[in-house]
Order: sequence, then structure tokens, then C-alpha cells
Amino acid sequence: MASDVNELKNNGREPSYLEYKGKHTGLLGWILSTDHKRIGILYLTGLIIFFLTGMTFGFLMRLELISPGKTIIDPQTYNSFFTLHGVIMIFLFVIPGLPAVFGNFFLPILIGAKDVSFPRVNLLSWYLYIIGAVLVLISLLLPGGPVDTGWTFYIPYSVRTGTNVMFALFGAFVLGFSSILTGLNFITTIHRLRAPGMGWFKMPLFSWALYATAWVQVLATPIVGITLLLVAVERAFGVGIFDPALGGDPVLFQHLFWIYSHPAVYIMILPAMGIVSEIIPVFSRRTIFGYRFIAFSSIAIALFGSLVWAHHMFTAGMSNTSQFVFSLLTMVVAIPSAIKVFNWTATLYKGSIELAPPMLYALAFIFLFTIGGLTGIMQGILTVDIQVHDTSFIVAHFHYVMFGGTGFGIFAAMHYWFPKMFARMYNLTVAKIAFWIVFIGFNTLYFPMFIMGWLGMPRRYYDYLPEFQTYHVISTIGSWILISGILLMFYNFYKSFRSGRKITEQNIWGGETMEWKVQTPPILENYHEVPTVTDGPYDYKFNDSINLKEEVIN
Amino acid sequence: MQTSEKHEEHTPGYGIYILVWMSLMTLTVITVAVAGINLSNFTVATALIIASIKSYLVLTIFMHLRSEEKAFRIFVGVAIFFVLISIILLFSDYSFVAR
Amino acid sequence: MSSQEHSVAHVHRDDVASRMGMWLFLFTELLLFGGMFFIYSVYRFTHQADFHLAAKELNTVMGTFNTAILLTSSLTMALSIAAIQKKNKNLSIFFQIITIVLALSFMVNKYFEWTAKFHHGIFPGSPELLDKPNGEILFFGLYYVMTGLHGLHVIIGMILIGYMTRLTKKEIITHDSFVKLESAGLYWHLVDIIWIFLFPLFYLIT
Repeated sequence: MASDVNELKNNGREPSYLEYKGKHTGLLGWILSTDHKRIGILYLTGLIIFFLTGMTFGFLMRLELISPGKTIIDPQTYNSFFTLHGVIMIFLFVIPGLPAVFGNFFLPILIGAKDVSFPRVNLLSWYLYIIGAVLVLISLLLPGGPVDTGWTFYIPYSVRTGTNVMFALFGAFVLGFSSILTGLNFITTIHRLRAPGMGWFKMPLFSWALYATAWVQVLATPIVGITLLLVAVERAFGVGIFDPALGGDPVLFQHLFWIYSHPAVYIMILPAMGIVSEIIPVFSRRTIFGYRFIAFSSIAIALFGSLVWAHHMFTAGMSNTSQFVFSLLTMVVAIPSAIKVFNWTATLYKGSIELAPPMLYALAFIFLFTIGGLTGIMQGILTVDIQVHDTSFIVAHFHYVMFGGTGFGIFAAMHYWFPKMFARMYNLTVAKIAFWIVFIGFNTLYFPMFIMGWLGMPRRYYDYLPEFQTYHVISTIGSWILISGILLMFYNFYKSFRSGRKITEQNIWGGETMEWKVQTPPILENYHEVPTVTDGPYDYKFNDSINLKEEVIN
Repeated sequence: MQTSEKHEEHTPGYGIYILVWMSLMTLTVITVAVAGINLSNFTVATALIIASIKSYLVLTIFMHLRSEEKAFRIFVGVAIFFVLISIILLFSDYSFVAR
Repeated sequence: MSSQEHSVAHVHRDDVASRMGMWLFLFTELLLFGGMFFIYSVYRFTHQADFHLAAKELNTVMGTFNTAILLTSSLTMALSIAAIQKKNKNLSIFFQIITIVLALSFMVNKYFEWTAKFHHGIFPGSPELLDKPNGEILFFGLYYVMTGLHGLHVIIGMILIGYMTRLTKKEIITHDSFVKLESAGLYWHLVDIIWIFLFPLFYLIT
């Protein structure tokens, strides 16, 4: 295997991607690098900063809502906070998240390639990500005040408001192109750079997930791009496209906005499902149940997920016909997701379960995503949606899927791949404690929102009737617990990154996919020779047990 | 490493391109002529059909789709399908409501 | 083995990947304009009479002429690739330059069309336009945005092809390495296809 070729001078190890010195050194060696692994780390840095920023806005929002009336901020500020919280979390954290960090870092390794098809375009994607982020955040500082339209930029308010909408619109536009270029790169990479012997059905499921995601990125993103651009043009030149004062149809804006923004949530969730499909087999010591079903269900989710957008608009004034059509399609899109959940569960059955931190987050994903998904089905029922639309119920639903789903997927991936990326092991006990704090905090924060939403608490409201206060208090306390857990989790990573136990083992968890067959951390170009693949990605033998306890726990 | 494989097996003559160009010009003339005849909705449909035929010629001959790998043709199909299904679903709203 | 030699993974050539990447990028352009076609089709459906009326203001002859120009430029682009495949560098350059000249004439025509409209007071936000019925305001809004964005893509195409001409002159594009020229060609043909649809929808609905 390729592993034996690593016997060179320099302690028998070739310089890893962290160490090697190329044409540029120091910081330039990173921000001018076209190495997919370094670009993944660049994205990770941005991701952490923006996640913590978005989290801060969320924290302040919950602080405000702990009691009715003004608590710490005024209504205008509150509107800006929930807008920025949404824009930052969605466009800077959840959408780029898994593809840009872990897709970039691991996709080539997983398929036996030395890099992606277009390494320079990859770096460009990162520059666009940073530029877009700056444009979005700059609106905080400029006169006019930060954007307050909600992340959905609905007409006519987005054309009327005096706040810095233009920066947010252009920021989102630029970020869209970052996403498009990543998707374009991944599609080409998966088609062209799989190692010899790796047919489509020997690819790891994370690659399948990234492939399906990439198609949505490429096809759906331009539509929101042009839509937001048109809003900017309408603001700047009074053109008359959506603005009802000029004859436009504000509902048409909503259609075009959601034609992207619904598939966008599948951009968010598909890679996370891919992560779960990677982790469950490893920590159950069993091959995945129903590989082809999971692979095809990713494609099915991407396809059907593109046909359900108007379920965000049931109360907007659409025709009855379209309400029926979109409600029906919404039911259909749940099926491939459910197939995945069944297959993961079947994989666990009679497995040799190891509750390492990645597995804890993966199992939590299944639980939280199921709650989020089922409440989504509830909302797909027209009569229910009339009751819960624009209430906290919706807020709870999407946090369960986007945060309990994708967010926990990102945390799972971090715990799974941190040792491989940085050749250090984090403290397992602290990681598990942090997990439980996060899990308990998460549910305490969001579950009450289901209840109060059902009882009528509107979303995006600064003030509320006293009958809802108990739920808000519980929810806010939940936010404090959650944030403590998250900070503990990050602290664990930070400490381990600086001074954690160094590891050199290639395969710390006993996985069977190709990243566990390369050096830890991987070298430039990953492989000395591109390997020839003969086995499937999850070929476990029944008697293997994880050597976790002896080697890893100090 | 790899060159352009079967894509370059045959160096195409100029003739086919000229032929396609003449077809495109002819179809344009037809479109303009038909537009003068008022068949209300059919005029639009005819114009779009002719535009689609022209696009098909550009795609297959000028853009070499017919000599590319099959994957490319599938890709184009997927993209066009997405556009069409989106319009159809969009009109499930607008066809049935007066706003 | 010193890793000082490469900070970049050694670049291997994969023409199929290059074309695949360009096709995927073209899909994004298709959907970018597609979004606007969605808007057009909805407003056309809900304001049929107004759209008919507004379209009368457009010059069908100019539009047809421009269509012919663009279709011909597509021909010359395709011919330039055939020429370089046949090792005819000068002919390829010639066809590329003709393509750029045709594109330029398209833009010149567009300039005259637009300025004529401005003279009649028809531009976004103008009092004349805002006086008209809603459907006409929407028509012209879409007209300017769609043909404007299309024009921007024509200009980008001209620059792109110009750059290819330079590469062909310097023999970086040759008879056995011309995927860059092909990619530029693909881009140009898409610009043409978009106009193939824009033309009847704006100029021929009287």
C-alpha cells in the first residue's frame, strides 16, 4: 500500500501539508496556496470566526427576548440582529460549511486524487467567500445602519428601507459565486479524478453527498443571484421589477427567492447526511446498510428538493392549485430523507457500537434531524401551516434541521477528522462532556419554540404577550447552556491544537475509507502514487474492534 | 496526460458550420415572417419552437455537443429540465389566480 | 525529494475537465438569465396587452439585424476553432478578429437603440415611462435589464476572445492544444443562444 513508501529521511515522514515550504512561505504560503487542504483550513478559519459572530447575535437576541418589552436593545436594532444572524449563519456558516471545509480537505483524498480539478478556481472561491463576508459585515459600520429586512429581503420593504441593504445584497451575490465555483469544481473532480478502480459505486457516501450538493449549488444559486441583483437595480435605478408601486408583483420575488433558498437547505443538509453515513459504519464496525439507496437518495433529495419551494409561500396569496401541488411535492421529498434514517438505523443494528465523540454527534444528528424533518412535514400540511406560518414553530423547525442537522454534522466532522488534519488528539472526556452540554442546551433552547409557536408566538417579533414569557425564559437559559457547551468544545479543540497529544497513526478510528490510508497529516498531493482501488469503502470484518481505548486515551 | 481523446478524431470541415449558419439565418427569417401573422398564442409558441431549434443547432454543432462524451449531453439535459420544471411549477400559481 | 520545487500540485492537462468546467459555468449563466426569463414569462402572461403595446416601440429591423450579426459571429467563432485544428493559425486569428468586430457592431447598434429610447424619454425612472400603464413599465424594466446584462456579456466575450487571439498569435493555442479557444467559443455560443431567445420575446410580439 502507499503507506510503506513514506520511509524517507526526516523521521521517515515527508513534510505534511502544514509543514512544507513552497514558492511562498509564511502567511503568503497559505493565502496564495492552491493546495485543497490549505484552502480547507482557510475556510475553517473564516467559518469559526463567522459562526461565533452569528452566535453572538443570536445570544443577544435571546437576551432581549427574556422578557417582554425592551430589555437591552431597541426594536430597530433587534430587526438588524435577526437579519444579520440569519445572513451570517446561512451564507457564511451553514451553506459553505461542510463542502468548503471538509469537502475541500477530504474529497480528493477520499477518491484517490491529488487535488481538485481546478485548484486555482478553488482559491478564487475562498477569496470570494472573504470578500462577500466583508461586504455583509461592513453594513454594520456604515451610516444608514445594518440591514433590517430579514435574511429573506422581501419586497417591498427591501426596496424601501434606508438601511444598508445594498451591501448585504452584493455580499450575498458574491458569496453565491463562491458557492457556485466550489460546486463546479467538485462535479468535475468527481467525474474526472477518481482513482483507477473506484467506480461510482465504490465512492464513499460523503462524495455522493457532495456530488448531489454540487449540482444544486451550480443550478439553483444563480437564480437567487440574479434576483438579489434585480432588487439592487430596483433600489438604485427605480427600474420596476418587483416593486408593487411600479407595477411589480412582490409574490414573484418570493417565488424567485425561494427557488434557490429552498434547494439551499439541501445544500446544507446533504453533506451533513454524508458525514453521518461516513461515521456510523466506522463506530458500529459494520458496513453501511443499503449503500445504493443512500447514494441514490442523495440525488433524489437534490431533485425533489428543487421542486418544493413554494411551501414557504402558502399564506402569501398563491393559487389553490399551486398550494396543493407544492404540499404534495413536499411530502414526496421527505421519502428519500427517511430512507437514509432507516438505513443508518439498520447499520447500527447488531453493530459493535463505540460512543466516541464523532458518533455521539452523528447519533444526535439522527435524533434532531428526525424531529426537524417531521415538523417540516407537519408544516407541509396546508391547514397546519396557516396556523404556524411566521411563528416560533417555524423557527424551531429550521433550527432543528439546520443546526441540529447540519450544525451537529459539522461538529461531528470536526471531531472525526481533527486528528487526521492536525495530527493531534483532543481530550475525549472533555469532548463528551461538551457534547452533552450542547445537546441539552440545544433542546432547551429550541423545543419551547415549538410550543409557543403553536400557541401563537410570532417570529421576528421584538415584543410579546406575557403569556409567552415562561417559554422565552426557558429558551434563553437554553441558549446560555448551549453556548457554554460550544465554547467548551472550541476550547478543547484549541487546547489540543496547541498542545494536545501528537499522533502519527494513519488510522486512529479504524476507518476503511482512503483518508485513513494516507499519512497523518496528509502530504502535499496526498499520494506518492495514485492508488488502484479494489475494495468498497466500508468493508469491515466482524471481529475488528476499535483500539481506541488503549492507544488514544492517555 | 490526456489530450482530448475521441473529441479530436476527426478534424471537422468548415462546410458543416456554414450549412448550420445558413439554417440559422433562414429560421430567423421565418420567425420574423411568422411574427407578422397574428395567431396570438401560437405566434409565441412558434417563435419559441423556432428559437429552440436554432439553439439545438448551436448546441450540437457549434458547441460540439454531438461529439462530446455522453455525460455532457446528460448535463445539458439536466439543466434544461430544471429550467422547464421551474417555469411549469411557477405557472401552477399564475395560471390559476388573478393578482 | 525536495518539496521546494512545487508549492502548487503539478498541473496535469485534462481537456475534458476544462470543457466540463466551462459547460457547468455556462449553466450558471443560463440560470442567471433564466431567472429573468421566468419574470418575463410571468409578467407577459399577466400583462399581455401592455406587453404588445410596449413592444411596438422597439425597432424590429434593428433587432433582426443584430440577430444576424450575432449568429454570424457564432459561425466565425466555430470556424476559428476548425481553422486552428487544421493548423491554420492565421485563418484562425482572422476568424477570431471578425468575431470581435461583429460583436462590436452588435454593441454599436445596441448603443443607438438605447440612446434613441432615451431621447423618447423611455428609461427606468423617467416620468414618461412612469406615466404608462404598469405592464409597459415592467416591459421596459425587463428590456433594459435583460438586454443590458446580455450586452455586458457580449463585452466580456469580446475581451475573452481578444485574449484568445493573443494566445493564438503567441502559439500557446495550437492545433493540438486549443481547449482554451474551445472554452471561449462555448461562452460565446451561449451569449448567442440567449439572444436567440431574447430577440423574439422582445421584438416580435407585436
